[in-house]
Amino acid sequence: MSGVGSAGSERPAELLLECQGLHVAYGAIQAVRGVSLSVRKGEVVALIGRNGAGKTSLLRAVSGMLRPADGRITLEGKDITGMPSHLLVARGMAHAPEGRGIFPNLTVEENLGLGAWLRTDADGVAADEAWVLSLFPRLKERWAAAAGTLSGGEQQMLAISRALMSRPRLLLLDEPSLGLAPQVIQLIFRILADVNGKGVSILLVEQNAHLALNLAGHAYVLETGEVAMEGAGKALLQSEDVRRAYLGE
Amino acid sequence: MVPPGLRGVLPVVLACLALAAGQRLFGGQEFFVYVASLVGVNVVLAVSLNVVNGMTGQFSIGHAGFMAVGAYAAGRLSLPLGDVAVSGLPVAASDQLLFAVSLLAGGVAAAACGFVVGLPSLRLKGDYLAIVTLGFGEIVRVIIQNTPALGGALGLSGIPQRGSLFAVWLCAFLAVLVARRIAESSHGRSLTAIREDEVAAEAMGVNTTAYKVRAFVVSAFFAGVAGGLFAHFVPIINPGSFTFVKSMEVVVMVVAGGLGSTTGSILAAVVLTLLPEALRSGFNRFAGEGAGAVVDQVRMPVYGLLLVVLMLARPQGLFGTRELWDRRKGQGARP
Repeated sequence: MSGVGSAGSERPAELLLECQGLHVAYGAIQAVRGVSLSVRKGEVVALIGRNGAGKTSLLRAVSGMLRPADGRITLEGKDITGMPSHLLVARGMAHAPEGRGIFPNLTVEENLGLGAWLRTDADGVAADEAWVLSLFPRLKERWAAAAGTLSGGEQQMLAISRALMSRPRLLLLDEPSLGLAPQVIQLIFRILADVNGKGVSILLVEQNAHLALNLAGHAYVLETGEVAMEGAGKALLQSEDVRRAYLGE
Repeated sequence: MVPPGLRGVLPVVLACLALAAGQRLFGGQEFFVYVASLVGVNVVLAVSLNVVNGMTGQFSIGHAGFMAVGAYAAGRLSLPLGDVAVSGLPVAASDQLLFAVSLLAGGVAAAACGFVVGLPSLRLKGDYLAIVTLGFGEIVRVIIQNTPALGGALGLSGIPQRGSLFAVWLCAFLAVLVARRIAESSHGRSLTAIREDEVAAEAMGVNTTAYKVRAFVVSAFFAGVAGGLFAHFVPIINPGSFTFVKSMEVVVMVVAGGLGSTTGSILAAVVLTLLPEALRSGFNRFAGEGAGAVVDQVRMPVYGLLLVVLMLARPQGLFGTRELWDRRKGQGARP
């Protein structure tokens, strides 16, 4: 593993999420092999890498959808290794899964409502609903439409908004740019920066390295289940290796 | 206006009054009571199966098994209680009290079975549950068939005939009420989420296994009550009444009515119970005595055909997921 940029360049001090020596396996196949990473409070951290590098498996282990074979995950200092995802939501983690995972036969309104399923503070929920609709006004226009009839971009907006409705401290996003038009991707990434500005930390898995590194304060490059490089997003953008391998230059 | 504390009780009171009136008017007509009771039992079965197959999207095909557990538990309990009276109560009231206890016992026994079957199998997805429930239904039937204390293949007879229009339809009404309450609660929303996308439901903070098991237990409870009701108005219960064919009958009702729609389940249960009876009497009248027996033989093929036609013409069932009492759907966009 090689660090890029000046050592520990101005990352926030407070730890939010930490993985130590994480292994994820599907039977005999090792998808993640001893990955250690951290997300500090207020940060956007990107995980980039090729198809099959283990990005999604890692994210699923963090969000409790997969049980790690080995290693330790802590959230705000508390051990959450192997904890099922429904308990993690209550602890402030929200996951917008790959392929969006919206409820296709329910309306936009109902989808957002389910995002706040665990919450009992009706006023706070209403305020957050107004907030996500101000981020994505397009959703307001499709309010009563079945989510399955939305375009790909709208579905991604809905998935992110729905995840935000649980008022998470950590938002996990899996390939938010997947299959979307360039303008929509631009819009979504601009809004992710806004969301981060509100104090929501983000762990982002992305194949589009350029976008991810521009947004991320800190980034990890995954290769065949291991961390090949890490460093500040901007520094990795400048790195010769990253440019050659992931930015096609 | 109704005081808020009574709002939940009022529909039940009204239903009781209406049912008591119905009982007085029609209680004497034996055949009518029999058919109407059959319809009521099937309504309870369909409405309860809809909670699992429709609202939660899990496919259970062993509802007759839970019905059998309820029927035999309630029937077996009532058998020695036939001549017992609770002291200090008039005979009729004491009979009804014992009947209610039996029904409850039937429901609880079935619910316990639902828990035992559901807990391991509901962790699995999709087809596995169908296979497990199918197996459960058959196991129950075979066990009953080979247990002398339950009458074996001959069946259990002599159960006091305490069933009445009133009791059957009050249970049907309660089943509908519970189903509707579930659907409109946050519990119901979590079931909808599970039906739509289990992974996403989990990501919303829904403990999917727990909610599936709960839905399954509630459904099994009402199937058990339906079985208990059944045992108290037919002269004899035997394992032949609770075969896979019975399970499929209920599945057909739920699917035909629209998976997820309680209204649809009720309507389909009523129509599909009355249809064979109507055909039977029609055949008897126009094709001579005894021709009606054919109806029982052609019923399942007709059901099959009906399902095929329905799936082609209206795959979402008669009502889709809508309800008669829905106000939400069909409205325009809000803000």
